[in-house]
Amino acid sequence: MTALVIAEHDNASIKGATLNTVTAAAACGGDVHVLVAGHHAAAAAAAAAQIAGVSKVIHVDSESLAHALAENVAAEVLAIAGHYSHILFPSTAGGKNVAPRVAAKLDVAQISDITKVDAPDTFERPIYAGNAIATVQSTDGTKVITVRTTGFDAAASSGGTAALETNVAQADSGKSSFKGSEIAKNDRPELTAAKIIVSGGRALGSSEKFNEVMTPLADKLGAAIGASRAAVDAGYAANDLQVGQTGKIVAPQLYIACGISGAIQHLAGMKDSKVIVAINKDPEAPIFSVADFGLEADLFSAVPELVRSL
Amino acid sequence: MKILVPVKRVVDYNVKVRVKSDGSGVDIANVKMSMNPFDEIAIEEAVRLREKGVATEVIAVSCGVTQCQETLRTAMAIGADRGILVETPADVDLQPLAVAKLLKALIDKEQPGLIILGKQAIDDDCNQTGQMLAALADLPQATYASKIEVAEGRASVTREIDGGLEILSISLPAVVTTDLRLNEPRYVTLPNIMKAKKKHLDTYKPEDLGVDISPRIKTLKVSEPAKRSAGIKVPDVAALVDKLKNVAKVI
Repeated sequence: MTALVIAEHDNASIKGATLNTVTAAAACGGDVHVLVAGHHAAAAAAAAAQIAGVSKVIHVDSESLAHALAENVAAEVLAIAGHYSHILFPSTAGGKNVAPRVAAKLDVAQISDITKVDAPDTFERPIYAGNAIATVQSTDGTKVITVRTTGFDAAASSGGTAALETNVAQADSGKSSFKGSEIAKNDRPELTAAKIIVSGGRALGSSEKFNEVMTPLADKLGAAIGASRAAVDAGYAANDLQVGQTGKIVAPQLYIACGISGAIQHLAGMKDSKVIVAINKDPEAPIFSVADFGLEADLFSAVPELVRSL
Repeated sequence: MKILVPVKRVVDYNVKVRVKSDGSGVDIANVKMSMNPFDEIAIEEAVRLREKGVATEVIAVSCGVTQCQETLRTAMAIGADRGILVETPADVDLQPLAVAKLLKALIDKEQPGLIILGKQAIDDDCNQTGQMLAALADLPQATYASKIEVAEGRASVTREIDGGLEILSISLPAVVTTDLRLNEPRYVTLPNIMKAKKKHLDTYKPEDLGVDISPRIKTLKVSEPAKRSAGIKVPDVAALVDKLKNVAKVI
């Protein structure tokens, strides 16, 4: 029994989500191999070989894999899928994009967003925005899985001594091509990997106020910035900042929710945070029911005061 | 060009579901059901493409129990031209792979130029059907779309990815899944609801399409998540900073 982890990487380095996925793969029992499919990705493959618990890294390099197009990455996974009992992707935008393509081609069901491995064929996963936890058993030969990274500890990124193997890439599907990207550039930690997250809601009222109030707090704490769906819907914050059921699932050491009422869909994305602080002027806001420390106050005065006192 | 839009009937966004005491599932008897919100965005986008003259017909499809007809009527009230129901027995747990296979059979029948679906259903939170359909039909995919432009047999799709946006160009036919900023669905008006009642709705059974819908995943049990209890309220910012520094020790 061997599990294959599809690495999330930027060709130069391995993304943190890969490490949690390796832990989930190890919990399935058996060896863990990692596939690094990219372009000029030797550095990422070498980093993958250092991950503790990985016995083999398969590196496939081609221009057609430079932008992780779903069609092409899926083809690389399918080319080696026959050797594996489990194929695991991190539940990132990239992993969620490719995994179902692989599952469908193998004619197996996919088990999405697992938070626990109970047995090699039995897993736990949240449903209904985390309001229920389903324990599910797969009857398929190959288990195709996406892993909710907050459910598993990160494997150590060093200390491993995996064998490195290079495979020849499959042909480009030719059906899709990459035209460009706009990746927000800032020095902040990535939302899903941040130790501290400060998150703003609809109460901020405008995108100017969102930046004016939230940015100094994030800067002071070295935190990532998040937002509720209400704030994203209203255009106060970018969509990739959205924390919740249909956005990012986070579990930082400290989560500070400012002006967020705490709809179940938002709580689904952050309730596994270690310490939750809620700042809200509505004493009845549901966010207080999950907050370790609640401050009933107007955020426009409380947040700047917090910045000054830190 | 035809656009096929699969829609799912789910427990309404505002309902907080309860886990059944015997752990067999969640209690959805007598709760409000609605169209999955991302699918509403998909229908809206398809209708806008028809209104722009890019598409000629919008076909809404739903797979599930008889009551999915209501979801299809909502889709037709938004502007879909006709509906297809693939009716499945209430006692069969219909899973994404089976739905993708049913939709693949309908693609073969209808030959749409574009298939637009929601990125994820808010009940099982799977985020699979669109990608599976693209794989089964050997079509390119663009998931998590926040903008779609169609020209000369290709679609240019802006995708929401981790950290920002990405633009892909895909050849048609293709599968696109919607993210929440693609559009804001219109309100359904009473005259349009009345009009939708007269629109054509075909019904198939999985056998008619030659698809085996048996579930591959067994749900062994459904349980309540670990509850997080409320902590304390602090009187002011100074007390909050003190707690964070000295009690929680997180800053």
